[in-house]
Amino acid sequence: MTIGVGTRGRAAHPLASNLGLSGPWSRVLSLVALVVLWKIGSGYANPLVLPAPEIVAADWWKILWSGDLGRNVGVTLYRAAISFFIAMALGSAIGLVLGRMPRMNHFFDGWVLLGLNMPALVVGILCYIWFGLTDLALILAVVLNKVPLVAITVREGAQAVQPELLQVGQAFRLSRIKMLRRVLLPQMYPYFMASARSGLALIWKIVLVFELLGRSDGVGFQLAVNFQLFYVHRVLAYALSFIGVVMLIEAVIIRPMERRATRWRL
Amino acid sequence: MNVLEVDVEEKRFPSPARGGGTHTAIAKLQFAVPKGEFTCILGPSGSGKTTLLQLISGLDEHFDGVIRVAGVAPRDAPPMGYMFQSPRLMPWMTVLDNVMLFASAEAKARGAPRAILERMELGSFLDTYPNRLSGGMQRRVALARAFVNNPPLLLLDEPFISLDIPVALRLRELLLNQWADHASTILFVTHDLREAIHLGDRILFMSSSPGRIVLDHKIKLPRPRTAEGAEVDEYRQHLLEQHPALLDGIREMEAQAAVGTDARTTATR
Repeated sequence: MTIGVGTRGRAAHPLASNLGLSGPWSRVLSLVALVVLWKIGSGYANPLVLPAPEIVAADWWKILWSGDLGRNVGVTLYRAAISFFIAMALGSAIGLVLGRMPRMNHFFDGWVLLGLNMPALVVGILCYIWFGLTDLALILAVVLNKVPLVAITVREGAQAVQPELLQVGQAFRLSRIKMLRRVLLPQMYPYFMASARSGLALIWKIVLVFELLGRSDGVGFQLAVNFQLFYVHRVLAYALSFIGVVMLIEAVIIRPMERRATRWRL
Repeated sequence: MNVLEVDVEEKRFPSPARGGGTHTAIAKLQFAVPKGEFTCILGPSGSGKTTLLQLISGLDEHFDGVIRVAGVAPRDAPPMGYMFQSPRLMPWMTVLDNVMLFASAEAKARGAPRAILERMELGSFLDTYPNRLSGGMQRRVALARAFVNNPPLLLLDEPFISLDIPVALRLRELLLNQWADHASTILFVTHDLREAIHLGDRILFMSSSPGRIVLDHKIKLPRPRTAEGAEVDEYRQHLLEQHPALLDGIREMEAQAAVGTDARTTATR
């Protein structure tokens, strides 16, 4: 028998609701359960390999007060944010063109495929070789990795646009700018949101890899250093902090945006 | 003065069914509509009625011939009102925004969007999204959208198709009120002769493809008319007796429409 941890509302299993496993507390509870498991597991493992949660927490507290955590997370976040916005803007523009102009799509389809299948690491290495071990090279590498993904999602959105609604705009002589902003783009909004969401998840991970590969600050660089020192507790402290930040962005920015944009459904 | 002058020599479409050949949708079609007239166009499905409206509205400019709206080519004419077979509202916009988007600055300044929605009895649904409205209410929003700028010419393409009879009759009433109050010029495409007799000043009967006008008839029935009254039926009977050639066409058209309506409803989903 399964207990409905993930079920919402009144439909939850009676036993689950008796145990408080439904509703807003379920998420907190499941996280606590994970920490408890971790704690139990660490009791059996070598503390160097899997440090206990309180050790990681103490170390987190230390790097927080020393300023290391804030500085490195800040640098990584800054790189991820810039890459994210450039990749979204560029990918959306390309996707829009490909989706609305079959000839362009036909011609550039091969390029997109090439971009999609290019391993992230190869792009990173090439950018560092061509542009040096700089932030510019890193951002360029991340953007090049993400743009094809955004482009194909947005292209799909542009192809799903209903011609009937565009015709309404034409019949009533809407200006080009209104046509784009009020008729075309809103139809593609779900596709923008989908690529923003996957972008958020993907980009910060690639940034970490490229920081490890060729930069001397940021969370990725710290992970590399602490890997060499075998400071597993610090690796976990950095990783968990960054996960926290990303989850916060998702909850505070992405989800409210999505809710606002899909209000009209249902 | 004529608001609309149509003289289409020919309109062809590429026809994949004929292996790269063309299909002639309209041939030698001429008529003019004076200001303030309510003109109905009646024709079987496939007679090029929708194509004709697309030519007049300027949505399609590839044809041989001349069309003048308010004396100029459609693309240079002031924007027309257009009502499609399905409501075609923007689902992500509220009822009010759906009308606002298409309202001219002048129409917004005098509060036209709100006023016309209130006249369409949608005053308490201004902030509602279209997919929470019934089909009839969605058509009323589309009607408000078509009228909001008081356009010189309104094109209505079987706008009340696939609705329950009482709902359709209510919409006809709203349309007639709006037309009477604003002295609009209307071109109304339908395949329902009763509807045309109830609404119009004049009926243009179109032939099946390639579409041309086979009869131009002024309706001599005093207004106000009642849609369900005997007068409309009697007039229809009388008209069909006077023009026996039409009789076959109309019967065929009604049979087609019964099938065609279903096809169209599914197509708009």
